[in-house]
Amino acid sequence: MTFPASAELRNDPVALIRDKALWIRRRSFQMVYEAQLGHPGGDFSAADVLATLYFGVLRHDPADPRNPARDRFVMSKGHCTGAFYAVLAAAGFFPEADLSTYMQPLSKLNGHPNRNYLPGVETNTGPLGHGLPVSVGIAIAGQIDKADYRTFVLTGDGELQEGSNWEAALTAGHRKLENLTLIIDRNRLQQGARTEETASLDPLDDKWRAFGWHVEMVDGHDHRALYEVLSASPKGRGKPLCVIANTFKGKGVSFMHDNVAWHHGVPNQEQYEQAMRELV
Amino acid sequence: MSAAAPAPAGWHDCRDTFSRTVEALAEADPRIVTVVSDSVGSSKLVNFRKRWPERMVNVGIAEQTVVAVGAGLANGGKIPFVSAAACFLTARAMEQIKADVAYTNVNVKLIGQSSGIAYGELGPTHHSIEDMAWLRLLNNLTLIVPSDPWETEQAIRAAAALDGPVFIRVSRMPVPDLKRSNAKFEIGRAETLREGNDLAIIANGVMVHRALAAAEALAADGIAARVVNMSTVNPLDEATILEAAKTGAVVTVEEHSVRGGLGGAVAEVLATHDPVPMRILGFPGFLPTGSADWLLEHFHLNAAGIADAARQLLARK
Ligand SMILES: Cc1ncc(C[n+]2csc(CCOP(=O)(O)OP(=O)(O)O)c2C)c(N)n1
Ligand SMILES: [Mg+2]
Repeated sequence: MTFPASAELRNDPVALIRDKALWIRRRSFQMVYEAQLGHPGGDFSAADVLATLYFGVLRHDPADPRNPARDRFVMSKGHCTGAFYAVLAAAGFFPEADLSTYMQPLSKLNGHPNRNYLPGVETNTGPLGHGLPVSVGIAIAGQIDKADYRTFVLTGDGELQEGSNWEAALTAGHRKLENLTLIIDRNRLQQGARTEETASLDPLDDKWRAFGWHVEMVDGHDHRALYEVLSASPKGRGKPLCVIANTFKGKGVSFMHDNVAWHHGVPNQEQYEQAMRELV
Repeated sequence: MSAAAPAPAGWHDCRDTFSRTVEALAEADPRIVTVVSDSVGSSKLVNFRKRWPERMVNVGIAEQTVVAVGAGLANGGKIPFVSAAACFLTARAMEQIKADVAYTNVNVKLIGQSSGIAYGELGPTHHSIEDMAWLRLLNNLTLIVPSDPWETEQAIRAAAALDGPVFIRVSRMPVPDLKRSNAKFEIGRAETLREGNDLAIIANGVMVHRALAAAEALAADGIAARVVNMSTVNPLDEATILEAAKTGAVVTVEEHSVRGGLGGAVAEVLATHDPVPMRILGFPGFLPTGSADWLLEHFHLNAAGIADAARQLLARK
């Protein structure tokens, strides 16, 4: 299990990530359109982070999804299953055709990810504020075992209003979990409004530093910047890493861009077709 | 957040009743405030915020805090209506509900929105089919599961008038207006919506109109089913349950797990005082993917399924 290994990737990781990110946006939007359900705004803000992780950073083996040596990825913002399922299918964890069953009766592709249905899912999410504490546990297990794997977790920014994150942040800082990376999808929107108009988070970087974390701020749609910060070795850092990925909800489609209505808005036919014309 | 199945004409989303009623109450009583956790739209409180921005507290996505802040507001003399999706309001904040609200016994009104399986495809994390079991055993906490818009309004008005903690389940699943010959709501008093002495069906919430339809189907077979609306689960109307037991057979129906909810509450009373054959209808636990309507059909929680269970039970009477 020595991913990244493909010839494609060795040649030009950023080009591969770019292609996959576009594919994830298109495929997830098709899923949301067909199901008339989903959270497409957050799918689009996270698409570039997910493509970077799965096609540039994570060491994983879809043929052996519970290999103990794998890098772990936890999708804490579990409502964004459109993008998450699309990237898992693209990476080979299950057939792409399964994506057409999204949220249909008895489908393995529930509105929120279920590890008992799908390979590649580490823990069931959906209620916000669970992914980071579980990831801290995974990282502590790795620390105890002196294992080589890394643990990555993606949260929303509104999600950080849940206090459970800050309890876990204390433990991670205290235990100097350098094998743990938190990525915050900082799109500045939550379900009903802007984060800063609801329960403000800024200065977000200072908060994580105060809890003992190393902080990096990146453009969350810049594949090269994401690739560099996420693939850098954590060895010797002595602290958990928090990557604040500055993003836009609905990134990639003009009428969805930075628009809270697309948190769980779903497209009609005209909107779907326009989005597909823009996502090229 | 969920693909809306086209509702029959004239059916209602009880969240609209909630917001209309809480606005009417707020007009008359300045102590009334709403407390939300990024749940303004899903609680249908956009208009409340427009009218009284200073009387809405939005703590962000933080259900433990929304309940605890509600308890603090009550201490400060307010009448807080704490409103969030039932699944997170209960599962996430159970200790705040237990310690800060029920045990402290303060004047907080908890509104569990989109209870039951209304979120369908979003799965077990978003279903609230454990809440009746968790909540009904807390002392002091009045627990109401209204069946239609009229009863939702009555429950909210009664909750505001009561000096003490109340939890009300508010469904977003469309329901019809129930016909009542003698409409009178009282906390802790069950309502007999249809007389009958062959067996009794005890239901609450969105299952009541389905129970009435089942009774209608049974009548066609010459079976007279009594239908009891047990909208208050705590305190429980034991006298009406024991009256129902005199029919010799009891079916309970709830939009909830079959373990520990309405059926469990009724079974405790019957087993202790007057055991009769019983069927508990509800959901088995964590549910597969499917819309709310699909789940109700799949688990036979419809008129035909309730009537079938009643017929099977009668054979054991
Ligand atoms: C505990 C909990 N409370 C409420 C919700 C409902 N909910 C789903 S998504 C969401 C907003 C999330 O905002 P954010 O974390 O910023 O995610 P993103 O913008 O990336 O979609 C809310 C409130 C939930 N899933 N879990
Ligand atoms: Mg956000």
